[in-house]
Amino acid sequence: MEPTSHSFPENVRVGLADPVLQRALGLARTGFPLRRQQAIERLPEFEALREEGRQIKDHTLAHLDFYLELYEKNVVASGGEVHWARNAAEAREAVLGICRSAGARIVTKGKSMVAEEIALNDHLERNGVTPVETDLGEYIIQLRHEPPSHIIAPAIHLMKEQVADAFRAAHTGLDPDRVLTEVRTLCEEARTVLRPQFLAADVGITGANFLIAETGSSIIVTNEGNGDLTQTLPRIHIVVASLEKIVPTLEDATTLLRLLARSATGQEFSSYTTISTGPRRPGDLDGPEEYHVVLLDNGRSELLGGEFQDMLRCLRCAACLNHCPVYAAVGGHAYGWVYPGPMGAVLTPALVGLGEAGHLPNASTFCGRCEAVCPVKIPLPKMMRHWREREFAQRLSPPVYRTGLRLWAAVATRPELYHRMVEVKARLLGWLGKTHGRFRSMPLASGWTLGRDMPAPEGRSFHSLWAERQRRSGR
Amino acid sequence: MSTAREDILGKIRVALQRGALLPEAGARLAERVAAHRRNLIPARAAALDRTARIDLFVAMAEEVQTTVARVAANAAVPEEVARYLAAENLPAELVMAPDPGLDAIPWDRRPLLAIRRGRAEPGDAVSLTQCLAGIAETGTLMLVSGDETPTTLNFLPDTHIVVLRAGQIVASYEDGWDLVRAAEAWPRTVNLITGPSRTGDIEQKIQLGAHGPRRLHIVLIENREIAANAPPAG
Repeated sequence: MEPTSHSFPENVRVGLADPVLQRALGLARTGFPLRRQQAIERLPEFEALREEGRQIKDHTLAHLDFYLELYEKNVVASGGEVHWARNAAEAREAVLGICRSAGARIVTKGKSMVAEEIALNDHLERNGVTPVETDLGEYIIQLRHEPPSHIIAPAIHLMKEQVADAFRAAHTGLDPDRVLTEVRTLCEEARTVLRPQFLAADVGITGANFLIAETGSSIIVTNEGNGDLTQTLPRIHIVVASLEKIVPTLEDATTLLRLLARSATGQEFSSYTTISTGPRRPGDLDGPEEYHVVLLDNGRSELLGGEFQDMLRCLRCAACLNHCPVYAAVGGHAYGWVYPGPMGAVLTPALVGLGEAGHLPNASTFCGRCEAVCPVKIPLPKMMRHWREREFAQRLSPPVYRTGLRLWAAVATRPELYHRMVEVKARLLGWLGKTHGRFRSMPLASGWTLGRDMPAPEGRSFHSLWAERQRRSGR
Repeated sequence: MSTAREDILGKIRVALQRGALLPEAGARLAERVAAHRRNLIPARAAALDRTARIDLFVAMAEEVQTTVARVAANAAVPEEVARYLAAENLPAELVMAPDPGLDAIPWDRRPLLAIRRGRAEPGDAVSLTQCLAGIAETGTLMLVSGDETPTTLNFLPDTHIVVLRAGQIVASYEDGWDLVRAAEAWPRTVNLITGPSRTGDIEQKIQLGAHGPRRLHIVLIENREIAANAPPAG
């Protein structure tokens, strides 16, 4: 998809004014964080696991070339094939090439953010291959021709009425009298419609939560079982995965699996965790005859060794989205590309450019909840700050904003001047506000005072009060 | 023109400010992989004795809407399966894994139970399989694919019945990996299954039976003879 991250301010206005979105976000705000908290309270080792998870990922990234080569060797040894892709176009071509070699018409898909990143569906459609999303949320947004708004719950921006409308528009065989007012019925409808697609598909495409160097395996984690039907029934299984998904051993993946479901949905473990290694064996009664992995770089290797390397630890659990006050207010579509929320604010500028996505790292209050809940301790606010510094250094932000920042920096880096100015300002505001004790409006801050009053200062600055106290106590 | 593979590996090495790893460094990493050392394992299941481990498995499984019936021995399995199907108002018909491990069960005691052996086909409503292990930590079943254990049985039918022997219940996933590694060859698929299929994709309201089985029923055989032969746990 074409990013619209440059329109973030406009996207936000649309999101804030959308009553359906606001109702849907209301459900998400409480649900995910509460369930995560409950799951973590049951596991005393959770903090220690976070630290181990961080170390496993850091170790892997420091030796990424070694583990990728070992992984490839083991994929080949188990009868599979690895297709290296430098960028989205190469990855799309690799997938299409495999589909063409099989004469594929219908392709089922498990949910994959990397497939979204490379805009795989559009490419397949343009070339005569019909992709069918099988994760319920992905299926809904595919019918609505819109991108996911959340990395683990793609249709979280919708209420059941919108889902019912999408089904009525797309499922031509649907009895008009059929009542679709319950979530239960909607799930049944999707199950009924998608079952024949699973059986008809020539190729099944999934993502991967982890790739295991030790065994050459890919791991998917799902609750619906759609990923398993996708990769078991068709003749060919294609895994699309980015290269930072690699971990050395099954034991390492297990540590991260203990973190993943708890951080994502608050489950102890997701319903289905599946380890796939190569195509079906000679005696097997089912399973795909071919197993391909499209291994995508798309800018990730450039993040290694720099100030954004920590981002490559990301497990895509969405805990940072679920705990972000900005995401909770504006929803995922405002971010304008595939990855929303705090992880998107760091990753998107790296993948589509700071010129396009410069607003995203600025859309943070730096409250720090994202870092606090991250299962692999990614310092998200620090990296957003790095993007802001780069944006300033590259002169990408508006001139007024940059002049303001420069003036501020000139004052803030001279403590004497700063203190004197604060003292003057505090006295002035204290005098001006002494009648009402507050201000209804402030010059240069009308946006802030639109919804609340600004309390008037007492007339002295904290620094001068503190200095006086120190003097009095004789220190 | 260099290939994508060489380009990507080259960029990684440039970013990491080094060339390809020296042989000694590579050997150390290869050793780390070969050792596949266990990381921290939560005490929840690791610290338990056999009885408590089985109880934890059952409690964790039931928490995620798996149903568990405890039976004394192989001989009681056909009756329990028939009872379960009747109670769920399901036809007395199932597709069973062609697994010799299931031959010890006296299916002829329930002659009305129609059993076909093989992989799952689209019309099959009920499947029955064994598994490699039960993992107490989260009430998870571990199943592997093979000649006698087709994967479609775990996903296509609406109802999946799993025969599990108490001695197969281990504490952790790591115990399970050791069992997989002990087999002759690495299987195409290892399934870790924790409860029936579910989704929360619409308004975060959890619904069972999204695409995979709507029901997961475990018949837990508790007899001691078989337990004694099972691989050591913990």
